[in-house]
Amino acid sequence: MEKIVRLERIGILGGYDKNGQPEPVREVEFNMGQVASIVGATGSGKTTLIKDVELLANKNTPSNRTITFNGIVPSEEYCPVPSDRLIALITQHTNFLSDMRVKDFLVTHASIRGSRGENSVVDETLMFANQLTGESIDTANVMTELSGGQTRALMIADAVVIGESPIILLDEIENAGIHRIKVLELLKQYKKIFIFVTHDPRITLLSDFRIVMKNGAMQKVIATNGEEKKVVEQVKKIDDLLLRLRAYIRNGEIITEFHLKE
Amino acid sequence: MKLAICSGPPTSGKTTVLKHVIKKLTNKGENTAFVKTDVQFACEDDFFAQELNIPTKKIYSGELCPDHCNVMILGDALEWAEKERATVLVVETAGLCLRCSPYVEGAFGMVVLEATSGMNLPKKIGPMLSLADIAVVTKIDLISQAEREVFRARILEVCPGMRIIESDALHGIGVEPIVKMIYNSSDMKEPIYLRGNPPIGTCTICVGKKEIGWKQHFGIVRPLDNQVFYRGE
Repeated sequence: MEKIVRLERIGILGGYDKNGQPEPVREVEFNMGQVASIVGATGSGKTTLIKDVELLANKNTPSNRTITFNGIVPSEEYCPVPSDRLIALITQHTNFLSDMRVKDFLVTHASIRGSRGENSVVDETLMFANQLTGESIDTANVMTELSGGQTRALMIADAVVIGESPIILLDEIENAGIHRIKVLELLKQYKKIFIFVTHDPRITLLSDFRIVMKNGAMQKVIATNGEEKKVVEQVKKIDDLLLRLRAYIRNGEIITEFHLKE
Repeated sequence: MKLAICSGPPTSGKTTVLKHVIKKLTNKGENTAFVKTDVQFACEDDFFAQELNIPTKKIYSGELCPDHCNVMILGDALEWAEKERATVLVVETAGLCLRCSPYVEGAFGMVVLEATSGMNLPKKIGPMLSLADIAVVTKIDLISQAEREVFRARILEVCPGMRIIESDALHGIGVEPIVKMIYNSSDMKEPIYLRGNPPIGTCTICVGKKEIGWKQHFGIVRPLDNQVFYRGE
């Protein structure tokens, strides 16, 4: 089996929209260290697009797109092994089904991955995950007992730290109630490709670029620069205010005008 | 006549995988006939007849163990497929008691497992997995990446070197290697032999003796605290 020695970038070669017409964007590339967002109305084909990436589509998915590595289309022989490979996809539907304890599971995963120093990567994973959750993950808990947010947080941490996947696809994780801006901050410390499917303006504007989807097709690629970079600060303030409000509400406080000022 | 045998636990996605495989075999110019063996209910034959317009048949094993039933009928099934002018016979069977496996020498053998059935499944299903040529893992989108990797590692623990395909069965992505292996396999020649050894022969319970307790039985018996041993003449 051919191995890709060092992944520097991946690409998507355009296919067809829902009506079978060629999609306007013919090629997009993602370089290591970049964060990209995929935006668009529900049903516009966002999830289909990252599924194509996840499946290493090679004109064999309904969209007829092709995924390239370092500019090259991987051979058929390389394609069909989603798990010993480069991509981790975390969606709202992905679940832990194992009834192992969190700690035991992470140790098992680290050992089959051949990670250096199992205990240290497990600790690092938990530390990563706990920065994203409201309440810390109890390692004696069974995986299936974790809350939705804890599950998503642990999946992201596991994919980044133990899985060492160079490409991480996150499908609407903002809905899981985890600290999404923290996710972005933490992720930026690792040199990987992160692709967010998102409805969140702040995540979008913090990305290096975004792909706009409509009718199953990539319509535009917009780089975040100039004017938008200036606006980010204001968006951040609005968003922080909402996050603070959320925290007050979670703490059982009564909301007043005062809370909106600060 | 080429022969491909597919087994796997109920609801693991055998039929969906086979649907894509048979379509692609047809595109390569093969004529496929399909036989489904199950214990008491199956409708896959109607599905394939309608969906793919190919000759199909089903067999209920009933009182007979389904893998044994397969041994009994396989010769006839090959003759039937020959008459139907097929070039490939695909047999789908329910793997049940996990001691036998339906694969035969000289034919392609494939097991279909669902990723959602627990990470220890590969350790539980014996020769159905270990004697297969290829293992297909389905429903991969429903579990975490981490569990997927553990599932895969467990398969390789049970049978090192096993070729594993993780398939998005919905669109049949990743099934090309299966198609290629069937396409490249050689025609069956009599006599045909089971690939694995069947479990130790009939016990007195199998022949209808209902009394509880090993002292009431002959042949291979097993007390609670001891290993199996032979009792009788």
